[in-house]
Amino acid sequence: MAQLLQIHEPGQSPVPHQGETELAMGIDLGTTNSVVAVSVDGNVEVLKDDDGQALVPSVVAYAPDGSAIVGELAKRLLLSRPDHVVSSIKRLMGRGAEDVKGLGGQLPFEIEPHEDGESHLVRLNIGGHKLTPIEISADILRALRGRAEAHLSAKVTKAVITVPAYFDDAQRTATKDAARLAGLDVLRLVNEPTAAALAYGLDKGAQGLYVVFDLGGGTFDVSVLRLEKGVFQVLATGGDAALGGDDFDHAIADHFLQQRKEGLGETALSSGEVKVALMTARIAKECLTDEEQGEWMLTASDQQTKHGLDRATFNDLIAPFVDRTIKICHEVLTEAGFDAEDVKGVVLVGGSTRVPAVRAAVSDYFGAEPLADIDPDQVVSVGAALQAEALTVGSDTLLLDVTPLSLGLETMGGLVEKVILRNTPIPVAKAQEFTTFKDGQSAMAIHVVQGERELVDQNRSLARFNLTGIPPMAAGAAHIRVTFQVDADGMLTVSAAEDTSGIEQHVEVKPSYGLSEEEMSKMLYDSMANAQDDMELRLLAEARVEAERAMGAVTSALRADCNLLSIDERETIGDQMEAVIQAVKGNDRDVIAASVEGLDQVTRAFAEKRMDKGIREALTGVSVAALDDGSTSA
Amino acid sequence: MVAVNRSTSDAMNTDVHAQTVMKPCWSCKGPVQLNALFCPTCEAVQGPAAVSHFVRLNVAVSFDVDVPALDHLYFDLQRQLHPDRFATKSPKEKALSQQQATALNDAYETLKDPLKRADYMVHLSGVEVLPEGCNLVKDQSILIEAMEMRERLANAATMTELNTIATETKAEIDDVITGLSLAFRGDDIEGACELTTRLKYLHKMMGEVRHSRARLLA
Repeated sequence: MAQLLQIHEPGQSPVPHQGETELAMGIDLGTTNSVVAVSVDGNVEVLKDDDGQALVPSVVAYAPDGSAIVGELAKRLLLSRPDHVVSSIKRLMGRGAEDVKGLGGQLPFEIEPHEDGESHLVRLNIGGHKLTPIEISADILRALRGRAEAHLSAKVTKAVITVPAYFDDAQRTATKDAARLAGLDVLRLVNEPTAAALAYGLDKGAQGLYVVFDLGGGTFDVSVLRLEKGVFQVLATGGDAALGGDDFDHAIADHFLQQRKEGLGETALSSGEVKVALMTARIAKECLTDEEQGEWMLTASDQQTKHGLDRATFNDLIAPFVDRTIKICHEVLTEAGFDAEDVKGVVLVGGSTRVPAVRAAVSDYFGAEPLADIDPDQVVSVGAALQAEALTVGSDTLLLDVTPLSLGLETMGGLVEKVILRNTPIPVAKAQEFTTFKDGQSAMAIHVVQGERELVDQNRSLARFNLTGIPPMAAGAAHIRVTFQVDADGMLTVSAAEDTSGIEQHVEVKPSYGLSEEEMSKMLYDSMANAQDDMELRLLAEARVEAERAMGAVTSALRADCNLLSIDERETIGDQMEAVIQAVKGNDRDVIAASVEGLDQVTRAFAEKRMDKGIREALTGVSVAALDDGSTSA
Repeated sequence: MVAVNRSTSDAMNTDVHAQTVMKPCWSCKGPVQLNALFCPTCEAVQGPAAVSHFVRLNVAVSFDVDVPALDHLYFDLQRQLHPDRFATKSPKEKALSQQQATALNDAYETLKDPLKRADYMVHLSGVEVLPEGCNLVKDQSILIEAMEMRERLANAATMTELNTIATETKAEIDDVITGLSLAFRGDDIEGACELTTRLKYLHKMMGEVRHSRARLLA
């Protein structure tokens, strides 16, 4: 009995749980560099290696045995053993082989031919290993996780991972799949510009209309946000998921190769040599941030050539890309109903905003010097870490984000019927009704697309499925309701139902360029035994959360209504609560689940009594309320 | 969330009903009001009730919505209900919070925009609204006016001309919104319907002006 009378606040139930608050990390998984950070009591630490480097180059080298080397070392191997190294893999997340960008007719990747039964996701050959972008990204995430665990001397399984705001559903799914492979539980996918705004807003106490200009290695995002007292409300977002500093590198490399052609005539390049040319171009680009001009050597096909480049020529080479970013800024602002002068501040994010021509274009368009006082390479990870702490420990800040791209369905004639418009706040659910066009039509093909164009072919195809079993009806008689739900991660679920028959189908959108469930399981199985362990641990943690919830609920109910119970009844419930406490101390999730189920059983009659009492009380209150209402409403 | 063809009074009855009728809390099984966000006993989040957008955001049923005040009501509710608050909770609580936040976004998006708000209020009054908008219009003058405007826009060659059209259209939008406020206050649904259609066309016009401006800039 004494046990039973110890009443606890809801949410602070007596259930002990292991490792109280496990720290969650914030990860910026970038095209060129990745960063991991953790926040404790709002103090963010960006985790550095022994050399004091926060940036982990998103470069992976594969040894003959298939083991992965990630970061600075892999980057150094890029010049000596380019065939074994892969970089900028983020550009291929959720993409097919046709999306890969070449240089001088040669790709910086070896693409594996597509085999029957495989999904359309591109597969690469790296030093003889056949790998998907998801597996390669998982290797980067494992390295970041390793860095966090080394720093904290504890296991870290929870993370907030940032993605470009302009990432579509396929790219988001690919990112989540990579995290799953790396044994990580993704608390939330946060849009990169939103994370940056969080870092700025909390740090600088910014209020008003802000624009985040995020030009990374491979992606460009621009978000318009309203900031006020802990609320970060995204009003509109836009961008280009394939525009970034990589394009600058390509432009310089093209320029160098053109010079080379003029001197040496046509020479064929291998994919390894293309990587070297791009790497050289990148070094030139970074150099021209501070220097006015320079000279670089390029070795390919055993012939070395010398290439000069000055700032003005460089600016000309990248002008089309810079112009495009400003044009997108203008479109996004206009769509949100604002002019450049309404903007209180512009936050620069991403390494490519270091390029002087980019800064000049931004300050010229907005008529103000942009903010860059938090390191543009780290600001996203800082925001991610803050959000990771907010999600696990709790917080008063509120991030309200939007869908970057419209979601729709293919209709007759290859046209798109938009169901959810871009810049709609998430989470969101919208339904659209369709009907059959033939008498007795028993099935309907549903094709989900994402994008702004009118024709299906011009948008990205997300998924196709068939709604079958429609009962025979005249054309136009069936009412097929297709519901799109986008969650707080920006991920889409589609369900379809035929109203007159009640046939329902639920579809997790597995993108055309994603992994099938079988492929995913096989990778999980192949990759490691510890992922299996992680999965077990996660299920155990979930069982404990559920036990905590149930204990809290019963504790609150007892505090409110324990006078409805006899001594015997109280004792039965108390015994079962003790059983839950004992079960939670153990590590068997089935035992925990059974004890919670038992608690549900023994409190059922108690619940009924409480409902009866509640209804009686409500009825006594109503007579007065109803009278009041009758006298005031029209 | 309100079914088509239900009259305003029916919708209000649903709202009153939601405040007085009890359901069992899914978590502690105790009594909870239908429209409660959290169980008063165990504090578990509840699913969204079938109430009007106005009740959901705690504002009076009126076309004259104070948008900055609406923003704050919306923020306060999202602070309590957004899925970010439930990231470490059980799957059931996560799902309910997602439903609540979805319903809040739907209500907020509808009420903050005068056009969507007008459409919704016409719909609440019992008139069925087609997806493409209000369908009660017999007024040919709108069509003629739209054609004239389009011609003007097609002939506008300078930024100054475009800006003039934009200013005029903006002024007309403001007039229509004032008109809508009067119509709804006077329970003139047919008048509100016509004005809603007019507003739709004016919005389209503004969009086209924007496109023309962008074209001229490029």
